[in-house]
Amino acid sequence: MNFEFSADQKFIQQQAREFLSVKCTTQQVRTVLDGGDALDEALWQDVIKLGWTGTTIPESYGGLGLSHLELCVIAEELGRALAPIPLSSSLYLATEILLMAGSEKQKQSWLPRLAGGDVRATVQVPPGGAGRLYPTVQHKDGTLRSESCVVADAGIADFIIVAAEDEEGIGLFLITTDQEAVVISPTTAIDPTRPLFMVALNDATSERVGGAGDGADILGNCIDRAAVLVAFEQVGGASACLDMGREYTTNRYAFGRPVASFQAIKHKLADMFVAIELARSNAYYGAWALSTDAADLTLAAAAARISAGDAYFACSKENIQAHGGMGFTWEFDCHLYYRRAQHLSLLLGGQRYWKNRLVDQIKLNHAA
Amino acid sequence: MDFNDTAEQAAFRAEIREWLSVNATARQPNQGVQDLGSVFRRAKEWYKKVYDAGYACHTWPKEYGGGGRSQIEAVIWSQEVANYAEPDGYFVIGQGNCGPALMALATEEEKRRLLPRMASAEDVWCQLFSEPGAGSDVAGLRTRAVQADDSDWRINGQKIWTSGAQFSQYGVILCRTDPDVSKYRGLTMFYIDMEQAGVEVRPIVQMDGGQHFNEVYFNDAVVPDSWRLGEVGGGWSAALTVLMNERMAISGVQPNGFSEFLQFCLSAELADGPAIDDPVVRDRLADWYCKDAGLRNANSRMLTAISQGGIPGAEASLGKLVGAAMNQEIANFVLQEIGPEAAVCDEQFAAMQANFQKAILFSPGIRLAGGTDEVMRNIIAEQVLGLPQEPRADKGIPFCDIPTGSSS
Repeated sequence: MNFEFSADQKFIQQQAREFLSVKCTTQQVRTVLDGGDALDEALWQDVIKLGWTGTTIPESYGGLGLSHLELCVIAEELGRALAPIPLSSSLYLATEILLMAGSEKQKQSWLPRLAGGDVRATVQVPPGGAGRLYPTVQHKDGTLRSESCVVADAGIADFIIVAAEDEEGIGLFLITTDQEAVVISPTTAIDPTRPLFMVALNDATSERVGGAGDGADILGNCIDRAAVLVAFEQVGGASACLDMGREYTTNRYAFGRPVASFQAIKHKLADMFVAIELARSNAYYGAWALSTDAADLTLAAAAARISAGDAYFACSKENIQAHGGMGFTWEFDCHLYYRRAQHLSLLLGGQRYWKNRLVDQIKLNHAA
Repeated sequence: MDFNDTAEQAAFRAEIREWLSVNATARQPNQGVQDLGSVFRRAKEWYKKVYDAGYACHTWPKEYGGGGRSQIEAVIWSQEVANYAEPDGYFVIGQGNCGPALMALATEEEKRRLLPRMASAEDVWCQLFSEPGAGSDVAGLRTRAVQADDSDWRINGQKIWTSGAQFSQYGVILCRTDPDVSKYRGLTMFYIDMEQAGVEVRPIVQMDGGQHFNEVYFNDAVVPDSWRLGEVGGGWSAALTVLMNERMAISGVQPNGFSEFLQFCLSAELADGPAIDDPVVRDRLADWYCKDAGLRNANSRMLTAISQGGIPGAEASLGKLVGAAMNQEIANFVLQEIGPEAAVCDEQFAAMQANFQKAILFSPGIRLAGGTDEVMRNIIAEQVLGLPQEPRADKGIPFCDIPTGSSS
């Protein structure tokens, strides 16, 4: 058994951490928070130069041709650093769908430009019910119609992949955002460092990705895969909260001793550690399932997703608590993680979707 | 990242599979409750057989009766033997804790004489640390060892929570030899003959009616000075060696009640339909699945670290802390789901041979044994996260001046 990342992968992670500790300080993140920008454009350009936008894109399409394991360790560092860039939308979701289901023409047309940073993309994640997705977009004769729906990063994307319903079932469609029929308006978000947009489609021109009626399976699978990567971001963020809480309570004194010497605080931090260890371990298993296309992927992704969401919420809220009143100020960074924890745990569907997906899969496995 | 054995590990696994298929008894459903004495006798016979085949105490050197193998091979053994109805880890306190203490601190002659008999379970060993007044604060123990003129030590006092004391030929005991120095410096470790007149073992009846532990009373029990393990006053560091090895001995995931809960979810019919379709059950099943998976996967990470030559640190506390609390919560949840009839404890009537009724009564003990939940959190906080200790009222003062309360 070897349930650990390789030395090369750990080296990539270390490099990513060092790079982000310089280029993506919380000071830097705050310029997006306070400035109202949709992303940190300078950081994004650096990320393109590092090749991260093409991490999992094969070299024949201009990418780095690395496995998802390398992307997992990068994702952990992006989460730790609260990177205000649209990599999850563009790479984990849109690129992944094209890799999974795009035609050769679509791949040749889009993948090199996604890898090279010439275009950005996103995916509309439809509302999740109990374990399945419920698309709200209607398809007819190549055009798409939809009332306003939420799409992460739509305002900074060159195309959006949406799931739409027609008489053949649910299909996936690619729409470019340069058309008038695609109306994108900004909106406020719990986490302003990762912007959300309202998108309305008024008979937007589209092209199909994948076959008619197979959209639900492809998108469901793609979201499983993205959930593993986002779980690494969540684990990274949760770890940053634990580090922050440990640092603050060790250096702050009350009643003549470090706050961290009180068992009420020690046990709180120990519980944060436990939540992170469980989430990290499930994320590792998810990484294995993702990189090997294991039959267990849905279950592995759901477990990684649920425990990482729980861990990040727990760690980000208890980090605020450990900071006392200062944790509730705009000035302290605690709320940046607390906001990001919410953003990440909602982005690919909330706990209701994932818990039901997990239990449905358990039932399926035991019926077989 | 992969879950495959190396060629060497695969060969070892195949070898022991072959041996087990010939020598081990297959699992049978619902074996029923056996009395402790007969379980013990069966375990001793099984361990002798294992020893004769060369599979006892895998990580010990061969000259002391072990297998001379790596930790990962010990884990492979545990995984394979778990498929059979044979006891594994039954003598873990002796082999896992007392053995390494002897290996570190006994003379060569003693090691060659005592360890092979421990490995074959011909001699059973127990560990005598905890006392009525020294639980989480084990260094506060009061059992006295006083050296007489003939250089023998006389032991007086009481130990508690001693597993297997009634079956033991020997024990490793931690005693206070000097009450006038600070508490950690006045302790000394010995091994002791448990079958002598001055040692009395009394079983403790637990809140669930079971009797897994004992009280052990010492009235002028005699220990030769040559049976001392380490220096006089060096008992605490000797004890830490033992406790560190206790963590090494943890090779599997602690029982957390999940597999029984999953069985309940998949099979139970509640008054209004299958349990698995109840939204409340589904929510909890997802939560506990994630915890159980997290523990299994954390264990795989730990085994990987061990196979790469690492030593499991305080992270090993994770499984016990999470699993013990989960066990109790699962038991309560299932009983609440079933409703009024769940109050019946009779194995004939209660679902799954009253598994959850038994668990609700036994589970409080798991949160206490081998370090309470609170001690586990302190270990994680101090040893993993490096947080400062609480200020202590007993620091730097002689043991005899440390304040004590009346509660034992």
